[in-house]
Amino acid sequence: MPVVVEVTLKSAALIFVLLTGFAYLSLLERKFIARLQARIGPNRAGPFGLLQPVADGLKLIFKESVTPKGVDKPIYFLAPALVVVPALMLFAVIPVGKGATFQLASDLNVGALYVVGVMSLAVYGIALAGWASNNKYAVLGGLRAAAQMIAYELGMGLSVAAVVLMASSASLADIVAAQYPEQYGGILGWFLFRQPVAAAIFVIAAFAEVARAPFDLVEAEQELTAGFMTEYGGMKFALFFMGEYVKMIAVSALFTTFFLGGWSGPFVNEAPILSVVYFTIKVVVCLLAFIWVRATLPRVRYDKLMDMGWKVLFPVALANVLVTAVLILLGLPGYRL
Amino acid sequence: MTDWIVLGLLGVLSVASALGLLLSRNAIYAALFLVLNFVIGAVIYLVLNAPFLAVVQISVYAGAIMVLFIFVIMLLGAERLTPAENPPGLNYQRPLALILGVLALGLAAYVLLTRQASAAPVAQSVDASPTAVGLQLFRNYVFPFEVVALLLLAAMVGAVVLTRKTE
Repeated sequence: MPVVVEVTLKSAALIFVLLTGFAYLSLLERKFIARLQARIGPNRAGPFGLLQPVADGLKLIFKESVTPKGVDKPIYFLAPALVVVPALMLFAVIPVGKGATFQLASDLNVGALYVVGVMSLAVYGIALAGWASNNKYAVLGGLRAAAQMIAYELGMGLSVAAVVLMASSASLADIVAAQYPEQYGGILGWFLFRQPVAAAIFVIAAFAEVARAPFDLVEAEQELTAGFMTEYGGMKFALFFMGEYVKMIAVSALFTTFFLGGWSGPFVNEAPILSVVYFTIKVVVCLLAFIWVRATLPRVRYDKLMDMGWKVLFPVALANVLVTAVLILLGLPGYRL
Repeated sequence: MTDWIVLGLLGVLSVASALGLLLSRNAIYAALFLVLNFVIGAVIYLVLNAPFLAVVQISVYAGAIMVLFIFVIMLLGAERLTPAENPPGLNYQRPLALILGVLALGLAAYVLLTRQASAAPVAQSVDASPTAVGLQLFRNYVFPFEVVALLLLAAMVGAVVLTRKTE
């Protein structure tokens, strides 16, 4: 099979899985939050409400496409796509299973840098949507998004740098392989246990990057109505929604790859398909944690958020990189290259 | 052959985005054209087998610096500058820009015409992996690297001093 055809087919399959995953993640979130709040959640459309995402999608498609007066049209229409595309692009380097069949470009030798770079492009869609909408709430939401993402990108990038140091490779395939050294037998090889500080920073920064509770100041209802998406409706709104959820799946997949051993698990050598199952299970656990946090924690105040990003996460992440480098240099057990 | 077609196409796109940057009256559009230009530059690096450079270009220029530019333009609401607001003292720059532009174009044409035979579009022999780049930086070019680091530190200290509230 020519490379072009293979890559195209894999990308198409991946996008199909992600978009379906997005639809059912929205249902999972509604169901899970409902249970946490002692409600039942959507259960009318189909058995257990399983057709709810289909109904929601159809509703949004048939909405009238309204373009408010005074918007900057080219950018107003471009912005929703600019939110979705980087989120999907992140998956190009994530190994979803063992073997070349389940990997697209995960042996790219700058994979971790690619992740950080593409992640930083995601802010354009949100900031530009806010600017183009000609609405003061939208502009404020867009500005908040830009400031927040710049602040937390640094912490996230440095936590990934610690992982890259540990694996001594920036390729995501090598990072997964580095979490299974022989002497650890099992899950103690995961970077979650060998790099706990980096893992914690990555999680906090991930919440801020996806702009979900408790860091969803970008769209804080009480202050900014819906923030940058105030003036969007119908499918354009659905694209923002899709962008947020795909990004949530992406950071969960990245956390799995960087800290939870990726696709690794028992018997993957005998049956490679199991690796995809392990990967999916780990990602779903991360997603449930995302939703659980949303149902539990209140929103933080904006100045506190910025303070934490710049004055806590960034220095701690920097110190962590330094300590990791020294530990590797000393060749301590668990940090030997 | 494919490389030549791809590179040619990217070159045209790159020039087009640069023209878009120069000719748009709206600062946000100008900034976006610049982002597009950086991204096309990154793709050119990729075609030339330098993924590290490409990714650094994206994350530093497109991802960090231009986000700040757009942030500031949005914050100041400075996306449109009427002709009346153009500072009059800058009029001498137009002929100057024309002369310098012609000079640069002439130089590029000279290099292209005289060295075309030897210039291969893709340099395969160079190892541009992050490891190789890192080793080069920290072994052969430590001094320039540290000088740049010092320069950036000075700029950072300057920025902190400038933004501090005066008591």
